[in-house]
Amino acid sequence: MVSAKITDKMRNLRDGYSSALIKLGYENENIVVLDADLALSTKTKRFGTIFPDRFFDCGISEANMMGMAAGLATCGKIAFASSFAVFATGRCYDQIRQSIAYPQLNVKIVATHAGISVGGDGASHQMLEDMALMRALPNMRVIAPADATEVEDVIPKIASEPGPFYVRMGRADAPVIFVRHNKFKIGKAKLLRRGSDVTIISTGTMTAEALKAYDLLKKEGIEARVIHMPTVKPIDKKAVIKAARETGLIITCEEHSVIGGLGGAVSRAMSEEPVPMRRIGVNDVFGESGDAMELVKKYGLSADNIAKNAKDMLKKKKE
Amino acid sequence: MHDKELIKELQRKALLIRKYVIDSVYRAGSGHPGGSLSIADILSCLYFHEMRHDPKNPRWPDRDRLVLSKGHAAPALYAALAMSGYFPVEELKNLRKTGHFLQGHPCMLKVPGVDMSTGSLGQGLSVGIGMAIAGKLDEKDYRVFVILGDGEMDEGQVWEAAASASHHSLDNLIAILDRNGLQIDGHTEEILNLEPMQWRWRAFGWDVIEIDGHNIEEILDALHEADKNDKPTLIMAYTIKGKGVSFMEGSLSFHGKPPSDEQYLKAMSELNQAEEELNG
Ligand SMILES: Cc1ncc(C[n+]2csc(CCOP(=O)(O)OP(=O)(O)O)c2C)c(N)n1
Ligand SMILES: [Mg+2]
Repeated sequence: MVSAKITDKMRNLRDGYSSALIKLGYENENIVVLDADLALSTKTKRFGTIFPDRFFDCGISEANMMGMAAGLATCGKIAFASSFAVFATGRCYDQIRQSIAYPQLNVKIVATHAGISVGGDGASHQMLEDMALMRALPNMRVIAPADATEVEDVIPKIASEPGPFYVRMGRADAPVIFVRHNKFKIGKAKLLRRGSDVTIISTGTMTAEALKAYDLLKKEGIEARVIHMPTVKPIDKKAVIKAARETGLIITCEEHSVIGGLGGAVSRAMSEEPVPMRRIGVNDVFGESGDAMELVKKYGLSADNIAKNAKDMLKKKKE
Repeated sequence: MHDKELIKELQRKALLIRKYVIDSVYRAGSGHPGGSLSIADILSCLYFHEMRHDPKNPRWPDRDRLVLSKGHAAPALYAALAMSGYFPVEELKNLRKTGHFLQGHPCMLKVPGVDMSTGSLGQGLSVGIGMAIAGKLDEKDYRVFVILGDGEMDEGQVWEAAASASHHSLDNLIAILDRNGLQIDGHTEEILNLEPMQWRWRAFGWDVIEIDGHNIEEILDALHEADKNDKPTLIMAYTIKGKGVSFMEGSLSFHGKPPSDEQYLKAMSELNQAEEELNG
């Protein structure tokens, strides 16, 4: 079990990213950082202020940025490339495929502003397919941290691990759920609650909602297992199969399309021993403008909807 | 020479666009005032004089098209559309609100009068080319206007499109470049030097007309002149980001930030005063 609870402290994951980058910058002079005219929003600018020679704001040219990162990586640099998730993946998918994933270069794509909680900017900016795109690429590993603490664990880990990674974060502040730092293990699930009635597997900041759903269910005498799956690829197949065997019901939660993300990865992992499963995510539609919290509720990405689905599944199982 | 009354009327409309921009972004609590204010005069000339369009028939096949490639300036476009009669101006108060149709970036499925969904920079000129080619195929005489940002010029696709437009001799395509000198992270030339901008466009086979993008007469003349060319035309409009609101002019921070309560009142009173002066 990994200790986790919803604390009162809110922290932006991007702050975790910039603080981790700066620390790495001091430790390793091969770290270089690229951005595409969103350095204030992604917060890579903080690295740029301290290490101006190792920071490249490429302007609004994401495809070019990915190629530049690839070139730097061929010469021994560890390249972090950042933008909003929609531009950092979809806009330059082929550059990532051909110039980063295929030659297995040491480029870490760290994206912010993923998901519907981007809010007012609307569907054009609410990236809900990024994990699907990145998961589909051979050599690419995909990580969605739950809070700023975990971001600070993930960034140094992926810097020390050769090859491409995709890390996704949202825009909004998120509750800190991991109070202490832990050595991050790529591809390892984190068991947060031990129940055996139903398993909730979540990724990214949806894990906070999964923990709240656990509390809601507990009040009604239901003991849920909660598994945080920061690494969506390679997925922790063992943890998924164990949960399927021991609880018999699985719910996945992600601020992403139900197609191709965590839900896709989990169903694939247990496809040889399937159990009833529901996917909480955005149901194959584009988002819309609105208040972030209102949208999260409207699209069912909240604790009460997770709990409702869990109860419904348990009821169906008994029938 | 243009009729003095016409110019005054278009200036009035531009001021009204500016007021709606400030009001709607303030009420939304998010959005992009800077790049919306810089194109207010251009939109006024287009929607209230130059463009052939019919708000009662937004999908009229013979209409002139407008692609707002710098889609974040949606508040200005929505103001011009509402003032034209595509939808009630009261709707501008619901910009970016959950369940309402005025999306943060233009959405052609939801907003009447929007000819293309945009928001991801660098894509609008290519779409404009498609519209212009279709016009030629169908032997229609409509024109296609594409409004571009100068930071947007960083995107390679813009230059792919630039080559394509002249290759196809699209004299029915007019791009207007909002040359306000700013993007998000800084001054355009500091982030990625694109000068000499007008010569780049000329080298790609375009006619270039340079104007003050806040001078109605110059805008009207340029649009008129563009009509006569047999090449695609780029109107390089030198503008001021945040134009019309003193503390937003030339400001990086008002690229994508709404005014505070106090700033809102100040902005509105400045614009009201400008209106009074105009009306004499
Ligand atoms: C492909 C893409 N990358 C990044 C962004 C984020 N973004 C929105 S506005 C903007 C700056 C635009 O600058 P400019 O084109 O000069 O517009 P203006 O100054 O007229 O507001 C950026 C980087 C985007 N919308 N699309
Ligand atoms: Mg600009």
